[in-house]
Amino acid sequence: MDLNDLLEIAEKENASAKPIRLRCCTAAGCLSQQGDAVKNALQQAVADADMSDRVEIVGVGCMGLCSAGPLVKIDPDGALFEQVQPEQCASIIASLNGGGPAEASVGSDDIPFFSKQHPIVLENSGRINPERIESYIAAGGYQALFHSLREMAPTDVVEEISKSGLRGRGGAGFPTGLKWATVAKMKAERKYIVCNADEGDPGAFMDRSVLESDPHRVLEGMAIAAYAVGATQGFVYVRGEYPLAISRLKTAIQQARRMGLLGTQIFESPFDFRVDLRIGAGAFVCGEETALLRSIEGQRGTPRPRPPFPAQSGLWGYPTLINNVETFANIAPIVSKGSEWFSAIGTEKSKGTKVFALAGKITNTGLIEVPMGTPLRTIVEEMGGGVPNGQVKAVQTGGPSGGCIPAAHLDTPVDYESLAKLGSIMGSGGMIVMDQSDNMVGVAKFFMEFCMDESCGKCVPCRAGTAQIHKILTKVTDGRATSADLENLRSLCEMVKSASLCGLGQSAPNPVLSTLRYYPDEYQACIDGGAAAEASA
Amino acid sequence: MSSTVAAPSKTAPAGGAKGQPSGDNRYKMLEATMKRHQYAADSLIEVLHTAQELFGFLEVDLLLHVAHSLRVPPSRVYGVATFYHFFSLKPKGDHTVVICMGTACYVKGASQVVAAIEALGGIKAGETTPDGRVSLMTARCIGACGIAPAVVLDGNITGKQTAGAVVDHVKGWLGNGS
Ligand SMILES: Cc1cc2nc3c(=O)[nH]c(=O)nc-3n(C[C@H](O)[C@H](O)[C@H](O)COP(=O)(O)O)c2cc1C
Ligand code: SF4
Ligand code: FES
Ligand code: FES
Repeated sequence: MDLNDLLEIAEKENASAKPIRLRCCTAAGCLSQQGDAVKNALQQAVADADMSDRVEIVGVGCMGLCSAGPLVKIDPDGALFEQVQPEQCASIIASLNGGGPAEASVGSDDIPFFSKQHPIVLENSGRINPERIESYIAAGGYQALFHSLREMAPTDVVEEISKSGLRGRGGAGFPTGLKWATVAKMKAERKYIVCNADEGDPGAFMDRSVLESDPHRVLEGMAIAAYAVGATQGFVYVRGEYPLAISRLKTAIQQARRMGLLGTQIFESPFDFRVDLRIGAGAFVCGEETALLRSIEGQRGTPRPRPPFPAQSGLWGYPTLINNVETFANIAPIVSKGSEWFSAIGTEKSKGTKVFALAGKITNTGLIEVPMGTPLRTIVEEMGGGVPNGQVKAVQTGGPSGGCIPAAHLDTPVDYESLAKLGSIMGSGGMIVMDQSDNMVGVAKFFMEFCMDESCGKCVPCRAGTAQIHKILTKVTDGRATSADLENLRSLCEMVKSASLCGLGQSAPNPVLSTLRYYPDEYQACIDGGAAAEASA
Repeated sequence: MSSTVAAPSKTAPAGGAKGQPSGDNRYKMLEATMKRHQYAADSLIEVLHTAQELFGFLEVDLLLHVAHSLRVPPSRVYGVATFYHFFSLKPKGDHTVVICMGTACYVKGASQVVAAIEALGGIKAGETTPDGRVSLMTARCIGACGIAPAVVLDGNITGKQTAGAVVDHVKGWLGNGS
């Protein structure tokens, strides 16, 4: 396999495309709304109308606007159908043949939800067939890997990633190039690459969507990373809750292996790289890198103190590079288009784009990708369409480790530093919009219950502290708390934050602290006025 | 814990192949998985995934069998099986309803759905109705947040659910013997 072979596959794939293509979303959101029945009905309708010679139905990944699914998009003329029902499919196909307008609700892709996006990570999502490697290759896939292996030294690749300014998308925003350089410098007989696809933040589904819609992009990023740091074995650690992502990854790995894009002597170079899957078993703490590595080793997923960092001593004691799904998905475009192209997008300290999962009380729920520094207001009000029949009260980012940003701060640009200043974090990209009916003490209690359940129990501040905080919050929502309890709550939060061993405990108090900071009245009202309603949902 | 674990299994064969690996095809399939992983101790989680898929839940005998085959102490197998939420040491009901209680579903009213099913079945989340018909579970986000609140009915993800619709569905399970 070399570049010509890649180009040949691409050409063949493009040549075989029929003049009219109906792209059907087959990612989990639409599949759970009868998306597969819609795809079958369309296929049947094409056969019935005897149009198979010029019309084809293509299963693609997530198109972003999951709340309007199942989505069907017609190429090349561009009609986008929303909430398509299997019964409507015959009329959609008939409309292609001059049979009058289709009896399905027509959406528009000329709305801010789509037009304000800047797709890099998601550029193939909803466009290519995630179950066919040829479809990825036709979109330029695996050329960046070829370019790295055949035209760049490993140090050049690390250098390019460093210059791009890419920061980890898994939450902490650590500079990716610096991490790669650390692993590359280590002298060891073996090194590992790990892709963190544990996506534990409840309410976030970016990584899931990337894996379901464009799995090869992640594999290509991992392979480039492996070449850059000198690793030969990789693992993708995926949540067990994501069966479709797991099955598409399995397919993708098999296909890449068969084509010689994974395995030994990739692109006829001396570089070998093998990727295996590890399936998580439902423990939030396993998203934390040291816990994740333990879990890959078949143990209980309990974190350990760092240093040593995984980059120095990771899987079975060998240097291990661990990055998030979205981080890896950014690699191939950076290698192809160059670090300057990438670093021109975003803000001074936060380069590139970020994928966000919009959910909660918002009109358009789904996935968007915007340049770093985009104001929260643009995302929530323009793109998301605001709260249906209501007002935004707060936007929760960073999940159980993050905080609530009140409506008054909606003009804040979304980047690592600005969100931290507001007492929240960028996190992995979950954005939950809340309206006036949401009780913020209830929200804080919800997250504390989560952290209490998910605490691995290894260290006392987190194990006992989260339970105590939860107890006080219950007292507050039950209307049994006093001002002294609020004082205790604050000091407990500070204690858990500073004394816990890993990020779970260290950040668990954030939702409480941020709601105490912005919504002190709601806490006070519970104390003054007796029992507050449980978080109204 | 032994009392709960030793409860009769819904999925174990009536013939009592338990403890007689040769008489049960599922043991053969489990064996194949372990072999594929070369009986490596670090494949424990993968092996437990397969075991649960085959047997429905992880009985103590099954855990001992795995411990023996992979040559790891039973305490470690038990420790891992109880650490991860995915693994169940108790048999599940004939039907399962999993209600997502992740953030997106929570703000869209998932707790009301949970309360309605708890009331209907007379059980708490994590329990099975006494007649063994229905197990109620909660999840922490299944990634379908775009169509919250999400409920998984016997493995099928459904979105934009309401308490009423889920109650009707579960009533169907409780009502007839299918
Ligand atoms: C409690 C906890 C949960 C985490 N969950 C995830 C996760 O689900 N996905 C992820 O990529 N990183 C998660 N992280 C961050 C990882 O530890 C690690 O920093 C990240 O995978 C590094 O990749 P990046 O540099 O590409 O962001 C979590 C951290 C903590 C403390
Ligand atoms: S902070 Fe919590 S999750 Fe982290 S090691 Fe301590 S107990 Fe475990
Ligand atoms: S899952 Fe179909 S548009 Fe997102
Ligand atoms: S929060 Fe329920 S599916 Fe994500």
